[in-house]
Amino acid sequence: MSGEGKGGAILSVHDLRVDFRSGRKTVSAVRGVSFDLRRGETFSLVGESGSGKTTIGRAIMRIHAPSAGEILYEGTRVSGRIGAARERLLRQQVQMIFQDPLASLNERAKIDYIVSEGLYNFRLFRDEAERRAKVEKALLEVGLLPEFASRFPHEFSGGQRQRIGIARALVMEPSLLIADEPISALDVSIRAQVINLLNRLKREKNLTYLFIAHDLSVVRFISDRIAVIYRGRLVELAPAERLFERPLHPYTRALLAAVPEPDPGLEAGKRHLAYDPAMHDYGREEPAWREVEAEHFVLASGAEAAAWRGRL
Amino acid sequence: MSAPILRVADLDVSFSLRGKRLHALRKASLELAKGETLAVVGESGSGKSVLCKTFLGMLDKNGRVDSGSILFEGRDLARMRTEKDWLRIRGKRIAMIFQDPMTALNPLKTIGEQIREAAALHRGMDRKSSRLAVLETLERVGIGEPELRYRQYPHEFSGGMRQRAVIAAAVACRPEILVCDEPTTALDVTVQAQILDLLKSLQKDLGMSLVFITHDLGVVASVAQRVAVMYAGQVVEQGTVDEVFHDPRAPYTWALLASLPQLGVKGEELYSIKGTPPNLFKEIKGDAFAPRNPQALEVDFEFEPPPIAVSPTHWARTWLLDERAPRIEPPETIRRLREWLAKRRAADATARNDGPGGVP
Repeated sequence: MSGEGKGGAILSVHDLRVDFRSGRKTVSAVRGVSFDLRRGETFSLVGESGSGKTTIGRAIMRIHAPSAGEILYEGTRVSGRIGAARERLLRQQVQMIFQDPLASLNERAKIDYIVSEGLYNFRLFRDEAERRAKVEKALLEVGLLPEFASRFPHEFSGGQRQRIGIARALVMEPSLLIADEPISALDVSIRAQVINLLNRLKREKNLTYLFIAHDLSVVRFISDRIAVIYRGRLVELAPAERLFERPLHPYTRALLAAVPEPDPGLEAGKRHLAYDPAMHDYGREEPAWREVEAEHFVLASGAEAAAWRGRL
Repeated sequence: MSAPILRVADLDVSFSLRGKRLHALRKASLELAKGETLAVVGESGSGKSVLCKTFLGMLDKNGRVDSGSILFEGRDLARMRTEKDWLRIRGKRIAMIFQDPMTALNPLKTIGEQIREAAALHRGMDRKSSRLAVLETLERVGIGEPELRYRQYPHEFSGGMRQRAVIAAAVACRPEILVCDEPTTALDVTVQAQILDLLKSLQKDLGMSLVFITHDLGVVASVAQRVAVMYAGQVVEQGTVDEVFHDPRAPYTWALLASLPQLGVKGEELYSIKGTPPNLFKEIKGDAFAPRNPQALEVDFEFEPPPIAVSPTHWARTWLLDERAPRIEPPETIRRLREWLAKRRAADATARNDGPGGVP
C-alpha cells in the first residue's frame, strides 16, 4: 500500500474474489484481483462480456459482497461489514456513470430531481437556494444550461443525457468516478465531446477515474494505466502506451488484434489471433502475477515470464 | 467498378409523426456494385437504416417513399406497393440481418427449423432437401456439430453463435444482396472479428453484394471496398475506402474522421463536432452541415450542394468541389490522419496493396 500524497493509492483492491451462487453451483466471477488506483489517474479495466469487469466496479460500490479479499478506500477498509459513517463517506465520494444514459435516468423525474437525488439522500444542502445553486453549477460544468433543470430526460439527445449522468455524479463532489462503459453507446462525434468533458473535469477537480470498457482503442487515449481482465482474472497491467506497444499476454494480443483499425490498408493484410487458454502449460506451475518490467505486470508461469521478458 | 446491381437516385422518404412530417431521407443517392461490400456510415438519425430498409420494403407503416428511384435489375423498388411483389424480393433476392440477433430469432422454434422454413419458402425445396441444405449452411457459417445445433433453441446459443445462425438464415436463400445493419455492434471485439471474417469469406464464396451499415470506421476499413457517408438524410460522400480515408472531400467526412479517438494526442482536446444534427421536421436550407462547419462558405447557407465528381468512383456533395469555390484546406487533424495512416503502414510491411487514390 502506498502513502496518502499525490500519486498514492486512493483505492486498493486486494486479492478480490466475488462468487455468485445459482442453485448448488458456485461461479467465481472475479478471482484474485489486486490493483491500486493512484490519486489523479485514469485507470481502465478492459475485458469482454462476462469477464467480471463490471462486477469489480460493483464490489467497490458495495453492491456485491466480496467472498474473499478486501477493498481499501483512502487506506481504510470499505468491504465487508463497515460502520454507517464509513459507508456514507464511500457513497458520497465514489460515484458511478453508466453506459446507457436513457436506462439510467428516471424518465418520470425532471433533471432537477435527478441531479439532486444524492443531495437529498445525504442532506448535503442547508436550504433550497443552496440545492438549486449546486444543481446549476453541476449542469454548467458539464456544458448544459441551468434552465434544462425543469425538463425531462426524453427531451435530450444521447450526448446530453450522458452529460446529465455526469452532472448527477459531480454534484456529490466525488473524488473517484467509476465509469462503466460511459461512451460505448454514443456516436463518434458525441463520444469525442464526452471524452473531452471527462478529461477536463479530471484536470479541474483532480478526480480519479476507474474506466470499465470493452474497447481498447478508446481507452488508449484517455488512460494512464490499463488492466486487461479475462474470465475473472487480471492477465496484464501496464501504462497505456506500453500495453499497446509491447503487449505480452496472448489474450491481450488477441484483444488488440481484434479491434478493427480505421485504416483500409492495414485491415487488408490483417490476420486475427485467437486466444485459447489451453495454450498455457500450467499443469506443473500455477501462473502468478509477476512484474516483467517496471510497472508492467502479467499473469504468467515462471517459464512464460522469462520467455516474455526476452521479447522486451 | 463493375456494373451496379443496385442504384438509388434522389430518394426522398418521410414519416408522419404526431401530425408532422419527418424527412428521413432527402435526395439520397447510392450505387452498389456487383460483388462488392459497400459500407454506409453515419451517426444515429442520419438515415442509414431507413435507406437500407427501403431496399426490402420494410419501412414502418407511417413512412413512405415520396420520390426517387431504387433500381434493382431493371425494376424500380421505389414503385413496388404490394406485399406480394415484395415477397419475391425480400429474403430471397435481398436479405437483411440486424444488430440484435435475439430479436430476429423466434425463441420458441429450433434454430434449424427457422432456417429451414426460410429456405423452403424461397427456394421451393421439400422438407428433406431443405434440411440438408440447412445443415450445410450451418457448417458453412462456422457452427460446429450442425446436427446437434439444428435441434437447439436460440437461448442455447451464445451471442456470436446466434448472429451466425441469423447469417445462416439470411444466406440460406442465396440472396444477391445482403444488408447488414450493425451486425457486430452488440458483440465482443474478438467475436466481432470472427463475424467480420465470416461475412467476408461468405461474400467471396457466394458472390454476394454486401451493404454494411455501421458507425465504426474501423469496421468500415475492415470489410468494405467502398463507403457512403450519410448526414441528415443524405449521402454526402461516396468513394472507395482509400479515397474516402485518404482524400475525404466533404466537410462532414472530415469532421467524422477527425473525431476518431485513435487520432487523439494525450493531454490535448480531441477534435469534436460542435452543435447537434439538424431537426429533420423542418425545411433545411442549403448544406445541412453548414451550421456546424466552422469553415462553411456563404453559399452553403443558401443553396444545397449537388453531388460533384472527384474521380469516376468518388463524389461528394460540397460546394468546395465547385470550380468557383475558394481553396479550403481540410482541418489539421485530417493531415494528422494521413500522417498517422502513412506511419501505420510503414510499420506494417505486410499491408502493401495500396491503390493510386492517394494524397493530392
